[in-house]
Amino acid sequence: MDVVSELLRDHIYKMAASGKRVDGRAPEEYREIKVRKGYAKNAEGSARINLGKTEVLVGVKMILGEPYPDRPKEGSIVTTMELIPMASPTFEAGPPRENAIELARVVDRGIRESKTVDLGKLCIIEGEKVWIIFIDIHALDYGGNLFDASSFGALAALTNAVVPASKINGEDYPLEVEHHPISITATKIQDVIVFDASLDEDRVADARLTVATDENGHIRAMQKGLKGSFTLDEVDYVVKTAKKLADEIRPKVVG
Amino acid sequence: MEEGKLVNDKGIRVDGRKVDELRPIKLEAGVLNRADGSAYIEWGENKVLAAVYGPREAHPRHRQDPARALVQCRYNMAPFSVSDRKRPGPDRRSVEISKVVSEAFSHVVLRELFPRATVDVFMEVLQASAGTRCTALTVAAVALADAGIPMRDIIASCAFGKADGQVILDLDKEEDNEGQADVPIAIVPRTNEIVLLQMDGHITKEEFDSGLKMAVDACHRINEMQRDALRRRYAVTTDRHKAVKASSEGV
Repeated sequence: MDVVSELLRDHIYKMAASGKRVDGRAPEEYREIKVRKGYAKNAEGSARINLGKTEVLVGVKMILGEPYPDRPKEGSIVTTMELIPMASPTFEAGPPRENAIELARVVDRGIRESKTVDLGKLCIIEGEKVWIIFIDIHALDYGGNLFDASSFGALAALTNAVVPASKINGEDYPLEVEHHPISITATKIQDVIVFDASLDEDRVADARLTVATDENGHIRAMQKGLKGSFTLDEVDYVVKTAKKLADEIRPKVVG
Repeated sequence: MEEGKLVNDKGIRVDGRKVDELRPIKLEAGVLNRADGSAYIEWGENKVLAAVYGPREAHPRHRQDPARALVQCRYNMAPFSVSDRKRPGPDRRSVEISKVVSEAFSHVVLRELFPRATVDVFMEVLQASAGTRCTALTVAAVALADAGIPMRDIIASCAFGKADGQVILDLDKEEDNEGQADVPIAIVPRTNEIVLLQMDGHITKEEFDSGLKMAVDACHRINEMQRDALRRRYAVTTDRHKAVKASSEGV
């Protein structure tokens, strides 16, 4: 449990209400994004992402497996998230709990629903053998807004992935990435909305809305979180802003 | 080099190292924001990140020691750190490594200064290539120092082993897979006390003695790198102090 003083809560809100933020950013301004692709050599694809003071490492592994019986011609994608205790004094070791599971599922939806990878192309022998893509997200340093850092990392790692076809007597080839969904997260503190929340903003957040849009501006995944609410106007504002910000950020992530 | 030979007649190994030569090591202290102390190491192809939290309250409470702090280590491998994906979470191997590393650190941390508390040490293997426990212990020692945890010394670790009938230092992946023995050790550099020792394979007493000497010498070289990483980390602050001092004197 993270304890936040009323003083901090008050301070952040008062600043936000006058259009300011503790770290000097504008409400819609993202922190610096650094992307290092191909960091983990034993992975088929990887990316180490810095979003301000938040750092995540995402690895893509591809293994051979059987397709689901109802989708014999398709491979699959599995996304996991580990909130390892290294990343924050409030994270605990053990199997993923609801926060980690929500994070992984939101990232997964952004990737899956935008058809980032054509699952049909992962089929090797219909009904028997397909590629299963594991996207494993490792949070290293939690400085706020893990949702976006993780989803940037997942996309960057996929664009860096090489299909290990030499394992089945083929030749390795780069994984085809068809779409580039970028997730943008808005955080609501009382009645004020900021984007890319810092750690302190995350800690006092009342509500959160993540919107993933693809390069055509289509919405591909959304998730509202925490106990607060958004008005219809606020949702409209967040979606519009998410599209705009995603277009700015996409080239940095895809490279 | 002759086919299938790990050490040639001149005592040179597949990757060009001499029998008593370490792989290249890069160490950096203070790399994470949230942790109380942290460090990062690249040792050959190994990449390991370490973070330290504490001293902080130990819970569940029944684990607390009324007389001294606990040192609790967690060695964890990222699923993508190895060529076959590793299932997330602890397996028997990581539980054992976590235990022996915790015990090694418990010997040097001044635990009686923090009764009922815990010092948590997290080691994340991001890329693995033989010798990850030595790599993890070496980097965790730097993270503990970075966290300001009082210790009798900064412990250092490295392995020796045997391949092609020759005693060699710091086995790489191929040597580890094909070799006849692997012996990771950790020492307290100031006293040469052994705080970690494991071995599997088979070697003679003479080979063990010569390998151990080699590894102890190497631990001293590694300890110098650990100290250097800490100096580099804190030299920055010192230089800034100097600059501030100089500018204030100039006015």
